[in-house]
Amino acid sequence: MQSAQLHELVLACLKDPTLTYRQRVQRLAGLAENALDPPPVSEACVEAQAKGVVHDMGEGNAPYRPRYVLPDYAVALARGSEHLELPPPADLDEALAFLLAMYPNVPSITGYPVYLGDLDTLLEPYLGGLDDDAVHARLRLFWRTVDRQLPDAFVHADLGPGDGRAVRAILAVDRELRQVVPNLTLRVDPVLTPDDLLRDAVRTVCADGKPHFVNHPMMLADHGPDYGVVSCYNALPRGGGSHTLVRLNLAESVRRCAGGAREYLGHTLAADVALTAELMAARIRFLVEESGFYEHDWLVREGLVDPARFTAMFGVFGVAEAVEELLARDGVTARDGTPARYGRDQAASDVAQALLARLAALVAATPLPACEATGGHALLHAQSGIDTDVDVTAGARVPPGREPALYEHIRVVAPNHRFFPAGVSDVFRFEPSVGANPDAVVAVMRGAFAEGMRDFTFDVTGNGFTRVTGYLVRDHDVTALREAAAVHVAAIRGAATAEERVAVRAGARHGSTFLGATAITNQRLADRVVKRAPADD
Amino acid sequence: MTEVLPVLPVTPPATVPPLATVSPIVREGLVAGTVPFSAVDGPGNRYVLFLQGCGWDCLVCHNPCSIPRTPAGMRPASVAAVLDGIRDAAPFLTGVTVTGGEATLQAGFVRALFDALAADPRTARLTRFVDSNGDTDPGVWELLAPVTDGVMLDLKALDDEMHVVLTGCSNARVVASIRDLAARGLLYEVRLLLVPGLNDADAELRRTAHWLLDVDPAVRVRINPFRREGARACARDLLEATPADLARYRAVLTAAGLRDLTIPG
Repeated sequence: MQSAQLHELVLACLKDPTLTYRQRVQRLAGLAENALDPPPVSEACVEAQAKGVVHDMGEGNAPYRPRYVLPDYAVALARGSEHLELPPPADLDEALAFLLAMYPNVPSITGYPVYLGDLDTLLEPYLGGLDDDAVHARLRLFWRTVDRQLPDAFVHADLGPGDGRAVRAILAVDRELRQVVPNLTLRVDPVLTPDDLLRDAVRTVCADGKPHFVNHPMMLADHGPDYGVVSCYNALPRGGGSHTLVRLNLAESVRRCAGGAREYLGHTLAADVALTAELMAARIRFLVEESGFYEHDWLVREGLVDPARFTAMFGVFGVAEAVEELLARDGVTARDGTPARYGRDQAASDVAQALLARLAALVAATPLPACEATGGHALLHAQSGIDTDVDVTAGARVPPGREPALYEHIRVVAPNHRFFPAGVSDVFRFEPSVGANPDAVVAVMRGAFAEGMRDFTFDVTGNGFTRVTGYLVRDHDVTALREAAAVHVAAIRGAATAEERVAVRAGARHGSTFLGATAITNQRLADRVVKRAPADD
Repeated sequence: MTEVLPVLPVTPPATVPPLATVSPIVREGLVAGTVPFSAVDGPGNRYVLFLQGCGWDCLVCHNPCSIPRTPAGMRPASVAAVLDGIRDAAPFLTGVTVTGGEATLQAGFVRALFDALAADPRTARLTRFVDSNGDTDPGVWELLAPVTDGVMLDLKALDDEMHVVLTGCSNARVVASIRDLAARGLLYEVRLLLVPGLNDADAELRRTAHWLLDVDPAVRVRINPFRREGARACARDLLEATPADLARYRAVLTAAGLRDLTIPG
């Protein structure tokens, strides 16, 4: 980057009235990091990035902390921490204060902890002797503090699969406060998770869009018992995490191939997987060999993460566009002669299955450094898109607005889920009427997991929350941000009045709202088809 | 097959003979439509089957095309065909609800379908519900009871004159059905259609609540406030319940002792 350009960016950032102080500091850190050259890769890899085939997720040019860190909070609470100068907590107050002290010291790509722990399991032992009101009052303060101190909707806590006072209290507080932070995942087991807990969780989704649900037996089979779901549906080893997430745009990758499915699966895909892996390897080597994180960070020193439990995430997106393009080239159409559509036509599902199976095999056969935790290779992840993606569908989702009816939708996407141990997101949008009958969603969810879905997310129209990738935004925060940004732009162009300029306030308290506002537009999330119950005749 | 049903229920004799003697079970029915995913037709997620034909002609009917008993061009559907559709959705379902039209006009078909659902291992776990206007004979409930888990029943008005105004028919068989089903433990829910100014006076609400509580102290009641949207032209001058009306319904019915009360909106 040229020095003059850097100066301009730094100045613009530190003068941007739509950013809070902390948002400016974080962006300045990013600018400084990106003043360095990225880890060297081949020319082919540079070209693949320039063409948008391979994308580093804007992680920054010099990785100095893993993308996702999942500390073993149970160990920290049991042993106390020398770094934090805290003894093991003796009661709920001390446990909550311990966690609040620890969270800001847990690094990740966002600058905030993406994993707050399996909170119900962590807190349940401290509830003895406290009645429900006392627990509720304390969790309420804790919840508010987490949201205000860690204003980023990628901050994520896990719950379940078992029932208990802690999980019920957490869901109740979440329904009451209706915050986007922390995001929540509930592990669901056909035996361990009772329907009544799921009903409570469904009511919580109706109130505030959370939690997300995962198929616990399927996760156990792929990860063993020590896994966490963090940030945007990323399933990773607990006590470890992911060095990096690099993603391959399958829609762009297909454009680099002249032929149909056979040629793409036989040649181009393998080449682009190799280029993606090359970038991952370069980034992992810098993080592991240059940054010194795994030697010096306090989490490593105190045994709260183990460098041997880190892996890397191989993300893919644009499955829908890639599949439809390959079908068009092969002359495969729907029965009525129109182009075959992903989410509607069996031919598209077949090609998607073949593509993902091939992709999974390639990723499993591509060695990466410092990924011994998962067999020496990365974990495949259906990457849920970023704010600036246009005309390409997140992960392996059906494009918004074209989702089929509920059961067809589940059956189209469920067979994909086995290929994505690191997580996959398909969002189902329901009418608010399900809130009066949560058993309806419980039944659908149980069925979806039985059909092989790994991750199940739904959002509800009209509750003021939108599920973007895996994170949530409040609709009124997005509106306020857009207004603030419009005035800021007008001010830069000299078109704003003095009064308007003074009135500009921080665009959004949550950093994630900036991403969500753009994503809602670019990815046409408002178009998501509502699963009507009953459907219109 | 030609001219199967709809079979009208026969008035049962004092002692109900074996089903083989009545022999009302039929393997085909007139099906007006299906909805494979419903959160508003009974407990959980339900597959809803709308049967064709209704003996009433309600002022407030929202689905008048389902009233004719044998519409021209409608071909009967077999139990096997209906079962196929339900089997496909079964992994996601809590149960099946048969409604209408008026489901009990084709009670023989409902019985055959429920028998088939109970016999098929893929659908046996699904609960089987009937949504009815209650204008039928005890023989029908006798026929359906062995394979039915619950009945949702409409009570358009406890006052018989008002019932005639709203439906064109007396409610004598309706109130008998409510008692009969409650005694069998099959009364899942009673729905009260309330039309402002017609059947929603405080005294009428209280009387209805007391009568229902007498039938079943744990009765589950759902209020269906009249909605003009989708109603027939002849109902367009009727009033819709306001939020204040809904609040009053809740206050009056709760004060009258109803505990399990749902008021949408």
